Amino acid sequence: MTTTTTTPLITFLLRTADDNLVLAQRLGALLARMPELEEDIAVANVCLDHLGQARSLYAHAAMLEGLGRSEDDLAMLRDERQFLNATLVEQPDVDFAHTIVRQFFVDAYQVPFYDVLCGASDPVLAGIAEKAMKEARYHLRRSATWVVRLGDGTEESHDRTQAAVDLLWRYTGDLLALDEIEETLVADGVLPSLDGVRGVFDATVASVFAEATLTLPTDPYQRLGGRAGVHTEQFGHLLPEMQRLYRSHPGARW
Amino acid sequence: MNEVALDLERLRQEIGEVPDPEVPVLTIADLGVLRSVEEVAGRVVVTITPTYSGCPAMSHIAERIAAVLDMHAVEGEVRTVFSPAWTTDWMSDDGRRKLTEYGIAPPHRAPAGDVLVAIRPPVHCPRCGSADTRLVSEFGSTACKAHYSCRSCSEPFDYFKEL
Ligand SMILES: [Zn+2]
Repeated sequence: MTTTTTTPLITFLLRTADDNLVLAQRLGALLARMPELEEDIAVANVCLDHLGQARSLYAHAAMLEGLGRSEDDLAMLRDERQFLNATLVEQPDVDFAHTIVRQFFVDAYQVPFYDVLCGASDPVLAGIAEKAMKEARYHLRRSATWVVRLGDGTEESHDRTQAAVDLLWRYTGDLLALDEIEETLVADGVLPSLDGVRGVFDATVASVFAEATLTLPTDPYQRLGGRAGVHTEQFGHLLPEMQRLYRSHPGARW
Repeated sequence: MNEVALDLERLRQEIGEVPDPEVPVLTIADLGVLRSVEEVAGRVVVTITPTYSGCPAMSHIAERIAAVLDMHAVEGEVRTVFSPAWTTDWMSDDGRRKLTEYGIAPPHRAPAGDVLVAIRPPVHCPRCGSADTRLVSEFGSTACKAHYSCRSCSEPFDYFKEL
């Protein structure tokens, strides 16, 4: 299948949908493996929210595309280079601290991001965002609480959480990066300006990390490229596992 | 009132009685999931809105509604809308009362402003009424509930979380 994304809006919808789907895939793989029952249930619910957001966004992209592809086709039949998620969400669950820090960065980004999308001129996208923002706010409440509990917890939990921050921070730039796709959508009046998202994200991270006694890495390096389909090695393992069933049994239905 | 309007009102009543499969003590009318039942160009359009993006109950609810339409040989369709986004503030007083009787603490008013600094009022135990309760987990047995425990009567319970 070739790349058939034809408009900036469809590309933008796929970027946002892919963030949610890939994160949901990571979270789904944690079911029955979390450190306590309550967290197992929490991760299942957060996973379901992200999956639901992805489905709505894919369905809308498929409709705008008008090529007869379904939401499942978009999720399951695109290849690695056609996935446009930020590389942060494909990073593996090294330990509970990595799972929580990854989630916290996503939540701190999605709250202001969806807030902007609520003002999209496309009423379907605005509606999806309005719904998703409420969920993101709730996710942030949980992940921020955990970041503080782990960071300001024992020496062990602090060190593991700091290690997760040191590793994952370099992928947050991918979440926040804006290129000609967003610039076009803003210029055309499809989206309000996304310039304020980074400031809110930075303020959330700063206030939670201060309480959690965590620090950001001094190395400014950011690994970008996910929005253009250039992924990290980890994604090469995740994608076939996610798509194998669908591709092995074309047309199969529940 | 003409005949069509009468039928629509009856249909709305009946569709509103469809239970939420996850909290069967509540109907979709109690929850505010049922937004409208209208006639558009000779067809009945039933509009529903999901409680959560990934709510697995939505397709089941849509099927139940379609079955009601079928039963009355009514030509129609079920539409899902996201906006305005569902909020627990839409839950009826009757729904809140039924939830408490069922053993689930009903939702507070939805919070506004910064989620990290919002002060959360105490959740009362649905069994003994005590305000001396603690949050066990932000998430409970379904997406719409959080898990609490009561310090007074030692019972665990679900809280239908505000959204
Ligand atoms: Zn009690």
